[in-house]
Amino acid sequence: MMVLLLLSMSFEAMDTPNDGGQSITIIGRDIPTDVKKILVFRRTEKDTVYKQVGFFSLLSMKYTDNDSIKDGEKYFYRLGVVFPESTFYYNITKPAVSTAQWFNRTRAAVLMYLILFSALVLLFIQLAKRNPEGLFIRKIPALDAIDEAIGRSTELGKPTFFVHGLMGITDAGTLAAITLLRRVAKKIAEYDTPLLVTNFDPIVMTASQETVKQAYTEAGRPDAYNEKNIIYLTYEQFGYTAGVDGLMAREKPGAIFLQGYFFAESLILAETGHAVGAIQIAGTTATVQLPFFVAACDYVLIGEELLAASSYIGREPVMLGSVKGSDWGKAVLIFIIGAYVTLGTIAGILMSTGRHTLMHIFEKLVSVF
Amino acid sequence: MHISTNPWVWIAAFLTLAIYSFLYKDNPFYKFAEHLFMGLAIGYGAVILWYTSIIPRLWDPLAHGTSPMRFFLFIPIFIGLLTLGIFSKKFTWVIKYPLAIYIGASAGLSVPVTLEAYIFKQVEGTILTRAMVNNWFLGISNAIMFVGVLTTLVYFFFSKEHEGFLGKSARIGIIFIMVAFGASFGYTVMARISLLIGRMQFLLHDWLGIIK
Repeated sequence: MMVLLLLSMSFEAMDTPNDGGQSITIIGRDIPTDVKKILVFRRTEKDTVYKQVGFFSLLSMKYTDNDSIKDGEKYFYRLGVVFPESTFYYNITKPAVSTAQWFNRTRAAVLMYLILFSALVLLFIQLAKRNPEGLFIRKIPALDAIDEAIGRSTELGKPTFFVHGLMGITDAGTLAAITLLRRVAKKIAEYDTPLLVTNFDPIVMTASQETVKQAYTEAGRPDAYNEKNIIYLTYEQFGYTAGVDGLMAREKPGAIFLQGYFFAESLILAETGHAVGAIQIAGTTATVQLPFFVAACDYVLIGEELLAASSYIGREPVMLGSVKGSDWGKAVLIFIIGAYVTLGTIAGILMSTGRHTLMHIFEKLVSVF
Repeated sequence: MHISTNPWVWIAAFLTLAIYSFLYKDNPFYKFAEHLFMGLAIGYGAVILWYTSIIPRLWDPLAHGTSPMRFFLFIPIFIGLLTLGIFSKKFTWVIKYPLAIYIGASAGLSVPVTLEAYIFKQVEGTILTRAMVNNWFLGISNAIMFVGVLTTLVYFFFSKEHEGFLGKSARIGIIFIMVAFGASFGYTVMARISLLIGRMQFLLHDWLGIIK
């Protein structure tokens, strides 16, 4: 009986599929249930003895060897199958060679959606280049508040604060915030009100300086631009928060723009702004922090509204095209979700009557994700 | 009551109280703590960057490495040095190149990850499965989630005015968003309260020894 069980057991070593190389996977089949553990030994073509590299998982029935594997080299495996009273050694005769794959086939759905999404964005960018006014984007209510906030700040003779979030220049929210900054700075240059921009990231500070400088030039007030008003505080979350809070308490701004990606400091900043009596307009793609801004600020740009607002203001073909493209990407998602839920529901109803075919098809389709 | 004799505990307690004094109003103690915190953070950040990035990734491979590939490191060094152009009025324009490379590379890397982590997981989470169809509670929960996801997506549809059916759907969407915000608010406030409790424990236990 034992011999039969051992004969039916098999192992195969192969290159780990859909990876960047330097990995070999061993798969086991028909392993007897009374096996205690399986030791994995390995040698290269040059080696004469096997060395233990790990333990085979009896749960997943596989072992992935990432231990100093070199691509292109042949590896031989031996498995020590430990039974309660004996150990049986299984040699995998065929060597395994690790290679890197160009494509991860399990992520084909991501690629397909990426191609579709990129095509939509590129299409709308081209359309926007031809006729930017022809692409409609609905107005975000909070945008009207920008002028109102700066106007109020000017009337009170107080400065305006623009507080950047905690992410770097690569974050879409930060880029959108910089576009908004341009609009804010231009308005401020026209009203001749002091503007203070606080930065968490030195590269964002550099981009902000360039943006504000350009905005002041566009407003015909390059002389009013002062790069010392666009300041770097620190790269530490609560150090930055303490610094911004201190500035708010001392300068008493009339308007505060909290724009970008924020973390736990969101409520601390917004509360301090509220305490000094400033009109506050927040915008973030950090969904967890949005409730705090909703509670403590006068206007909030929720998530993607921040990106759409910057497109609405800028009317730049690339940004307009991105918003329009992502809009239609969302339409595709609504269609996919709707179609899947309808199919799943029908499959469920049919399954309750004993017909399983549609459910099997549905589950195959779900596995695409 | 066993007041701590450890000077570091006293310093930490003083700084904690100095930061909390901001709740009353801006004052010299808060200013001191604020500037100390920011200064330390900048200094600490610079040292961390030096030892976790510049030394192991740049200096060690160039000074002690043997791989011919190490000379490729001069490419990022050159690109990085371009950012110093900001200090010269004549060469400010060169900073656009490292910025463009940095933004382009990061966006390219993050797009597929974002698609998979957010969009596909969201779609996957919204789709009914066999278990949800069999269990009425899961079925109803998923149906609510389905309506929530779709109407929320409609709210963030900017290409049409929110009027008629679209307007009503968007209205339902914003209700779902606000419910989610409420839940998130409550959850996070609880977490913040635990942070406050932690500080109070430090002051009353570690420093003053009033509580055990």
